[in-house]
Amino acid sequence: MTTQLDDSPGTSSTPDTKVGAIPSFDVTLKIRRYTPETHGDEAYWQEFTVTVHGTDRLLDALHKVKWDLDGSLTFRRSCAHGVCGSDAMRINGRNRLACKTLLKDLNPSKPITVEPIKGLPVIKDLVVDMEPFFASYREIMPFLITTGNEPTKERLQSAAERERFDDTTKCILCAACTSSCPVFWTDGQYFGPAAIVNAHRFIFDSRDEGGTQRLEILNDKEGVWRCRTTFNCTEACPRGIEVTKAIKEVKRAMITRAF
Amino acid sequence: MQTHQYDVVIVGAGGAGMRAALESSDRARTAVISKLYPTRSHTGAAQGGMCAALANVEEDNWEWHTFDTVKGGDYLVDQDAAEVMAKEAIDAVLDLEKMGLPFNRTPEGRIDQRRFGGHTRNHGEAAVRRSCYAADRTGHMILQTLYQQCVKNDVEFFNEFYVLDILLSHDLVGGAVSDGDDVAVSGVVAYELATGEIHLFRAKSVVLATGGAGKIYKTTSNAHTLTGDGMALAYRRGIPLEDMEFFQFHPTGLAGLGILLSEAARGEGGILRNGEGERFMERYAPTIKDLAPRDIVARSMANEVREGRGAGPNKDYVLLDLTHLEPAHIDAKLPDITEFARTYLGIEPYTEPVPVYPTAHYAMGGVPTNIETAVLRNNTDFVRGLFAAGEVACVSVHGSNRLGTNSLLDINVFGKRAGLAAAAYAATADWVDVPEDPETGVVAELEEMRARAVGDRVADVRRDLQQTMDANAQVFRTEESLIQALKDVRELQARYRNVSVQDKGRAYNTDLLEALELGFLLDIAEVVVVGALNRQESRGGHFREDFPARDDAAYMQHTMAYRRPPGTAAPSSPVSSDAAAAVAATTRSGDLTPGGPGSSAPGTYDVALGYKPVVVTRYQPMERKY
Repeated sequence: MTTQLDDSPGTSSTPDTKVGAIPSFDVTLKIRRYTPETHGDEAYWQEFTVTVHGTDRLLDALHKVKWDLDGSLTFRRSCAHGVCGSDAMRINGRNRLACKTLLKDLNPSKPITVEPIKGLPVIKDLVVDMEPFFASYREIMPFLITTGNEPTKERLQSAAERERFDDTTKCILCAACTSSCPVFWTDGQYFGPAAIVNAHRFIFDSRDEGGTQRLEILNDKEGVWRCRTTFNCTEACPRGIEVTKAIKEVKRAMITRAF
Repeated sequence: MQTHQYDVVIVGAGGAGMRAALESSDRARTAVISKLYPTRSHTGAAQGGMCAALANVEEDNWEWHTFDTVKGGDYLVDQDAAEVMAKEAIDAVLDLEKMGLPFNRTPEGRIDQRRFGGHTRNHGEAAVRRSCYAADRTGHMILQTLYQQCVKNDVEFFNEFYVLDILLSHDLVGGAVSDGDDVAVSGVVAYELATGEIHLFRAKSVVLATGGAGKIYKTTSNAHTLTGDGMALAYRRGIPLEDMEFFQFHPTGLAGLGILLSEAARGEGGILRNGEGERFMERYAPTIKDLAPRDIVARSMANEVREGRGAGPNKDYVLLDLTHLEPAHIDAKLPDITEFARTYLGIEPYTEPVPVYPTAHYAMGGVPTNIETAVLRNNTDFVRGLFAAGEVACVSVHGSNRLGTNSLLDINVFGKRAGLAAAAYAATADWVDVPEDPETGVVAELEEMRARAVGDRVADVRRDLQQTMDANAQVFRTEESLIQALKDVRELQARYRNVSVQDKGRAYNTDLLEALELGFLLDIAEVVVVGALNRQESRGGHFREDFPARDDAAYMQHTMAYRRPPGTAAPSSPVSSDAAAAVAATTRSGDLTPGGPGSSAPGTYDVALGYKPVVVTRYQPMERKY
């Protein structure tokens, strides 16, 4: 089956261009750029206009800029469908994943502002240093802690016990929550929502025996008590995790020691 | 250039790489080099589950699993490897549970299991519940759990480092090495994305765990970063690639986008319907219907569309119907994929069927290894110290078509074996000298690419490659379409010599890296197409419309593709000169230039094909009916 190449531009195709289709339209991206090698130490704004399709996401528009207009525009991405957590950025002032943000859902009559996530050092354009974020994650001992001999087969866990921490197992470590938190912006030492979410995932796992240690760690002055329940984190989470609720449950566990 | 020295260097931090690291870091000084942060790896996108004959919910045993794997792979599976995988599957799942993986549970609190394509009771009688799962994010949970264990064990990572060369003691491409000669690995050369600096990693053992190459296609479930790096690096150093013509097209990609919707949707009761509402899989696989192996389902879907029974305004997709399932059941078992349908197509799966079409998903082929994950350099000799596991490797447990869930199993079983083997080898091996100025080739290529002032855009060449591969080397193939693809690939290889990058900087130059990744893709695409042209039969994921039958007499053997100077025969069991001449005649006429990119000019190298026997221990090839 030899087929002539279709030469329509773009990597994302529209499945149907007739009935019920959303036509292509132009969007302007206003991107916060930081390229010390070529433009000095000051960040600056740059605008690009690209033509996009109805099913395109912000990531597609960023790729159009990078691939067709300016190859030096730098951002992280990998899976392109919201599971790898590479492309968290600040889009029109809100933390989102670029690959889960449909352009048709943003107001195309105004430029879409795109900035790096806040609170982590910017290295180049939309790329930030993720090391402090992962360092906080590592500190809460994000692994199952058990004592005694391992069972021969699996540990038993009821469906209800499994359900107890289901929500916080969804975390993809994209940092959208932590970098949306006003406390984290002013105090980079704060563990931040993502680390607490991952502590929650183990504290409420019936198989785990490290809850007390983790609660001690989070009882620190840079721990859960710094949370001011602003709910930015819950709103930012691309996985729909009830982050603020998880933090609240950790706080309560700290008081009651019941988990 | 910075120099590092480790007993074991693992390239890639997905499931296979991290599983290997957990074993080897306990036993030997180990570094993991990854082009992504570990939790970004594409293992995390796997959804449906990991099969193991735990028999937690119904009768099952590993022998049935082995049989299903062999039959699913259309008898091109090495049966010793399939047996190892099916046997060790049980411990692999239990290991993960003990590491903390939150599997879904049965009412008794055991690991729950569900049905999956091609997995059957008693050699094909009916679908069996074998897949252990965590909702529809099993891969995510495996990746997270393995990373958690790596944190616990203080595994040393070099994140956002790109390995750009594998160092061997001999030049295998030049062809001056004989069968039986001692060839060993001495390390890798890597590029640090953050700074642009070159790093030399000396190592006794190197484990390749770099994953797949789905980006040779336009419509794919694969991440942007799956560009066949490890495969291409091995190939460029003269190590063969096995069975690359077998590429899996997953039946249910979101139409037009390629985003994966797990086979678990059908395992939980979802039904495929054509534009007329007919459950068409009843015609193609009467016994297990929608749960037939992926190659059969994908081909059936493409056939429905081709014969005018597609759905939608352009009749160019079919429908995945979940509307008869309880919303609560969908929420409990398939939350992520139904969310994908809502987010990306605006479809509500509770009430509307979801438009789907096959999407390029998985490379069955790769770097050939034995069951201990040692890398072969011909049919019998190994490269000492070099190991491979996961999608980059070809053991071969998947043969010509991988069964759903067997990839998560593969990375755990053979990732573990690779870590153990690499550490054991390093414990007794001596250091091998690295070549003088080992970074020269990589630096020259980077500098040349950076310095080229004007030229083709990387994105244009890549787009043309992906379009010709989608059009001419996808579910249905013919000699004519494949010749077109090869012609296009070779023209694109010539254009690749002239691509330029706009970003000339050192720090985070992703523009430059995308250019290098394109070079890898072009190499891999060439090998896929040459292998497909040579294989004049239809088997598993490789369907030739001009040769629709399986031909065991001529082709029940693995393809081994070697990069060699033009006119050089493959080192073991070369494809007979008649057959090779026929392929050569069709592909080398006129302006077709053999040879690929990399640091060599077009015309320097060609793909030399050989065969390797299939290991048959228990199951003779039979007709493959479901």
